Amino acid sequence: MRLGQGERAAIPVILFLAAGFAAPLFAVIWFSFMPPRSFSFAGAVTLENYRIIFDGTNYISFLWSLGLAFLTVILLAIICYPVAYGLVRVFGRWSMLVTLLFTIPLFVSENIRLYGWVLFFIKNGVLLGSLKSLFGLQLESMLFSLPAIIFGMVYVYLPFMLFPMSLGISMVPAETRDAAFDLGASRWQVFTEVELPLSMPGIVIGFLLTFVLAVGAIAEAKVMGGQQVIPITHDIEIAFTYAQNWPLGAALSVLLMLVVGFLVLLALRRFDLDSFLGRR
Amino acid sequence: MTDSPAILSLKSVRKMFGSQAAVDSINLDIAEGEFFTIVGPSGSGKTTMLRMLAGMDTPTSGDILLRGARINDLPANKRPTCMVFQSLALFPHRTVGQNIEFPLKIRGETQEKRKARALQLMDLLRLPQSYYGKNVLKCSGGERQRVALARALAYDPQILFFDEPLSAIDYKLRKTLEKELKDIHRETKKTFVYITHSLEEAMVMSDRIGVMRDGKLVQVGTPHEIYSAPNTRFVSEFVGDVNVLPVTLGKDGLLHSPLDGTSIRPPQIPLGFKEGHLVIRPEFLRFTSKEDGADNTVTGRLYNEYVLGSRIQYQVRVRDTVFVVEKLRQQAFSGKLDDDVTIGWDAADAILVTD
Repeated sequence: MRLGQGERAAIPVILFLAAGFAAPLFAVIWFSFMPPRSFSFAGAVTLENYRIIFDGTNYISFLWSLGLAFLTVILLAIICYPVAYGLVRVFGRWSMLVTLLFTIPLFVSENIRLYGWVLFFIKNGVLLGSLKSLFGLQLESMLFSLPAIIFGMVYVYLPFMLFPMSLGISMVPAETRDAAFDLGASRWQVFTEVELPLSMPGIVIGFLLTFVLAVGAIAEAKVMGGQQVIPITHDIEIAFTYAQNWPLGAALSVLLMLVVGFLVLLALRRFDLDSFLGRR
Repeated sequence: MTDSPAILSLKSVRKMFGSQAAVDSINLDIAEGEFFTIVGPSGSGKTTMLRMLAGMDTPTSGDILLRGARINDLPANKRPTCMVFQSLALFPHRTVGQNIEFPLKIRGETQEKRKARALQLMDLLRLPQSYYGKNVLKCSGGERQRVALARALAYDPQILFFDEPLSAIDYKLRKTLEKELKDIHRETKKTFVYITHSLEEAMVMSDRIGVMRDGKLVQVGTPHEIYSAPNTRFVSEFVGDVNVLPVTLGKDGLLHSPLDGTSIRPPQIPLGFKEGHLVIRPEFLRFTSKEDGADNTVTGRLYNEYVLGSRIQYQVRVRDTVFVVEKLRQQAFSGKLDDDVTIGWDAADAILVTD
C-alpha cells in the first residue's frame, strides 16, 4: 500500500507520539498487571496489585487528593473570577501589569517558590521572625498543616484558573451585554443571563485544568504540609522509590488516571463545551 | 409625517471626547411614527449620537427629551426604546425563541405568554414557526436579522433604533430587507431611527433624512429634498456620482468656471451667492450638438463607458475635468471612444451650493 503525501508527512509525529507518549503509558498499564515487587514485563499477568490496593488503605490517599483538588478548584473559582473580570473589563491599561505579576512567578520552579513560602511562614522566618523582633509577638507557625497545603495549592495553580477564565470573559461580545441591558435587564441580570453563560467555556476549562493539575499535586503536601497529609501521588512515589514495588505504583497510577478521567468526562458531559460555544 | 408631535427632541446636544466634539450642538425633532434616518460617513458622530439616544452614553451638554421629558441620565434598561445593533448582538447560547423572548423573560412574563408573543412576532417577520427551538447561530444572515428585529419588537419599545444592521449583508438580501423593514415600520406604526453610511439605503426607507458631517447635522429633509436640493457640496456628493464645478457669479448674471473660460447659465441663484459649486447629476446631462436646445454645452473627448446594469455611465474629459453622464440602457449613446462629443444640460437641472 502506498502512503499519500499527508500520511508520510505525519509519520515523524506519529512515531514521536508513539515512543514518547503511548509507549510509556502502555508500559505503566502493563506493569500494573505484573506480580508484586517484580521488575520485568515478562511476568505472569495478575490482578494481585489491584487486590492489595482494594484491601489496603490507599483509598485514604485517594480521598485526600480528590478532596484537596476539589477544594482548590472551588477556592480558585472564588478568587479568580473577580480578578479575571477586572483584568478584562476594569483594569484597562493596568491589566498588562497585573497579568505580568501573575505570570512572572511561573518562570521560577514550583519547588523553589514553595520553599520560599516555607522561609516566609516558618518559625523565626520572614513573617514570624519580623513580628517577634518588632512587636515581641510569639505566634505558632501555620506551616505543616492542612491550611498550609491548601494555601500552597491555591498559590501554585492560580494562573491556570485565572488565564482561561479571563479568556472566557473576554470572549463575551460587548454588544451582547449592551443589548441585554438595552432590552431591560438589570446589571445583575446581564451578568447571570448573558455574561456568565457566555464566559462558561473559559471557566470550565479553568476548572478542568486546575483540577487535573491539583489531583497530581505532591510538592505542596511534602514541602508545606510536612507530610501531615499523604496524597495519592506521594503513595505512588513511595511505591516506585522507597518500597521498590513498581507494579503496585503502576496499579495506583492506572487507578488515578481512571478516576480523574471519569470525573473529567462527567464534567464535560454536564458542561458541553461545544454547546456553550454555540456549535450545536 | 412632520406635522405630528415630536416623540424625541434634541436640544443643543453635544458630546465631547477629550477636546474633540464627536456630536456638536444638534437640534432635531423626530416625529411620532416617523422613519428617520441619520446618514454620514464613518467618524461623523452618528453612532455616538445613536448611543446617546438609546441611553448607552450621556451627552456632555444639551438635553434629550422623550415626549417632553428629559431623559439624559435615564439608563438604557429604563428607557422605552430599543436598539438593533450592527452586529445584531444576538445571544449565541440561546435559541431563536429564547432570543425573542428575552425582554419578556426579564419582565417576568409567564412561559405561555412569552411563547405566544414570540410566535406572533416570528409570523410578522416571516420566520417559520419551526425555528422557535433552532440555535440562533444556525440561522442565515437574513434570518438573524429578523430574529434581532423580533427581539427588539418583543420589548415593545416606543422608539426603535437601528445601528447600520444591514451593512454586512450582501446587496440583494439588503435590498429585500430594506423593503421589509419599511413594511414592518408601516405595520407596527412605531418610530424608527436608523443610522447608515449609505444614503441610497436611507432614501429607500426613510420619511426624513438627516445628513451628518463632523458631528454636525448638515441638512435635514425628505429623501426628495436631499436628492434634488442638497444644501452643500458634501450632501450632493453623498448621493452618488455627481459633476461638481467650481463657479463664480459674474456681473453679467452668468456663472464663470475655470473650465473652457465659458459662461454657464445658472439655475435659480441663492440669495447672496458669490462663489461656490455647480452640481449636475449625471442623469441630467445629455449628448447633444451645439445647435440643440440645451442651455449649456461643453465639448470634450468620450473617454470611457461603464455598464451599470440598467444604466450606462460615460466619462467625458473636458480638459482636466471629467464629466459623468448616465443614460438608461435603452437610450445608450452610439458614439465611439475617443470621439469628440458635446454634452449639455438645462440651466434649471443644475444646483448651486455655496461651499
